[in-house]
Amino acid sequence: MTAPLLSISHLNAVTGRNGETPILRDVSLDIAAGEVHGLVGESGAGKSTIAKAILGILPRGIRIASGSIALEGVDLLTLDASSRRKLLGATVSLIPQDPLTALNPGRRIEAQLTDGLRLWRGLSAADARLRALQLLDEVQMAEPERVMKAFPHELSGGMRQRVLIAAAFALEPKLVIADEPTTALDVTVQKQILRLIRAMQERHGTGVVFVTHDLGVVAQICDRATLLYMGKTMEQGRVKDLLDAPRHPYTRALMDACPRYDQPGRGLAPVPETVFADCRAEIAAFDRERAGHV
Amino acid sequence: MADSATIIATTGAPSRGRRRLQALARQPKVVWGGGFILFLVVVALAAPLIAPHDPLAQDLMSGTLPPLGFADYDPGFLLGTDDLGRDVLSRLIYGTRIALTVAFVAATLAALVGTLLGLLAGYFRGVTDTVVSRLIEIWMAFPPVLLSILVVAIMGSGVTSVIAAIAIIDWTRFARVVRAETMAQAQGDYVTAARTLGFGRWTILFREILPNVAPVLLALITLEMGIAVIVEAILSFVGLSVSSDTPTWGGMIAQGRQIIYQAWWVFAAPLAALFATVLAFNQLGDGLRRALDPVMQR
Repeated sequence: MTAPLLSISHLNAVTGRNGETPILRDVSLDIAAGEVHGLVGESGAGKSTIAKAILGILPRGIRIASGSIALEGVDLLTLDASSRRKLLGATVSLIPQDPLTALNPGRRIEAQLTDGLRLWRGLSAADARLRALQLLDEVQMAEPERVMKAFPHELSGGMRQRVLIAAAFALEPKLVIADEPTTALDVTVQKQILRLIRAMQERHGTGVVFVTHDLGVVAQICDRATLLYMGKTMEQGRVKDLLDAPRHPYTRALMDACPRYDQPGRGLAPVPETVFADCRAEIAAFDRERAGHV
Repeated sequence: MADSATIIATTGAPSRGRRRLQALARQPKVVWGGGFILFLVVVALAAPLIAPHDPLAQDLMSGTLPPLGFADYDPGFLLGTDDLGRDVLSRLIYGTRIALTVAFVAATLAALVGTLLGLLAGYFRGVTDTVVSRLIEIWMAFPPVLLSILVVAIMGSGVTSVIAAIAIIDWTRFARVVRAETMAQAQGDYVTAARTLGFGRWTILFREILPNVAPVLLALITLEMGIAVIVEAILSFVGLSVSSDTPTWGGMIAQGRQIIYQAWWVFAAPLAALFATVLAFNQLGDGLRRALDPVMQR
């Protein structure tokens, strides 16, 4: 395997006054160029924390205790804020979760789409405008001219998410971080947006970190995936293997809790309490073993 | 001074194009409040042209003449005269100048100081926020009248001192609101998006956040103008504003109070002007808040 685009190794994150509560437990994952990697887990599993750690936008109170995040061999965690910003700004971009709040309500779409192009590519206003129109066309936006002049509140949720996708791909980034980009959308729009992200990603050869809690979405869009529970990797691998032959009981239980079109009439099973108990026991054992090392 | 007043008045209007203007025109409060303020600005600028008499000219032979509609009314003095025979209408017209100058300049200064501190506290949080917040709390614990008397005592009386006193007292109003609004806006994903795009903190603060704080700010400035008019009148009333040879509404009220049984109109006319002006500023502020909020428009 060639050197990965992004390599996270043994990442530990903690919170609490003395860093006593672990948020991420020894998470490692590699993402190759042009690959979509799913981060799956329930709320609080740490999937968004990983995404935010890559971007360097962890909320106050959460800090990285150990481990490394390397983008093309450069450890992001050892960089100071300004060189990190220079490195990330044009190479890594974000598709945020909520298209309602992710666009500045007081600025027109044109201003927001051309920001990055002018900052990083040094384009003139006219050139940036042309490029922004191309991008809107690329994300299959109807009437791009009208959209450019609009304020965010004049667009629908799906349109706003298209604008955000256009903005995320504007600088031809090597890595796009999609933080639950379809959660706030209804199911029909969700499918279009997933197809669009996949199409954009394939066309530009971009690596994608796709954060989601929906195994159905993972099956649709991801090449590889990491399944997290309480900040610990439960299972990792190619999505095909993961879904066809889950090895970890948690993965299996989650699969049983998902609706399956290929197995009609099978019904849905809630994740059994014993599976959670086993997961927690596994994590407690991990914490004990590590405490023993120190 | 009159020039700076008009500049502020015109930049206070939104320049976001025709749609914004139409939204403003749909708000009756903006139309009436703004219209009346505009009328006052014209009156203040054209005072020498429209005032029927010299506001300082005394004529002891025609003292305490009543206004239009009463016995002994003199057609030369529409609103009557005071005990020194000075024309009330002319004094009222010239008083507009001080009132509006103080309103525009003091409110703008207070807004500048308060907004800057509020933005910094709300965005950078931490030590900056602690310092600014404690400062606001300590500041607000001082009785405002004492503080303004202190400022005027140190700087000497005059319009500049009155303006300084209002700005020094009332920046806390802006700081508190702007701080809270900045905190709310800073939570928005669009701020995170700007950070991941690599924009610096100052760019984000002034280009992403400030425009979204601006509608609240504009409404607040307008309300503050109304407050400034009242504070100026209070300081004039207690004799701490401009010298008595410059007509002010507060000064007229103070003078009228002494002769209220002989000539109530000397007291009533500036009071009515004060009331109408403050009401107009408040209506304008309320209307602007409704009209400029991009979410409330739909």
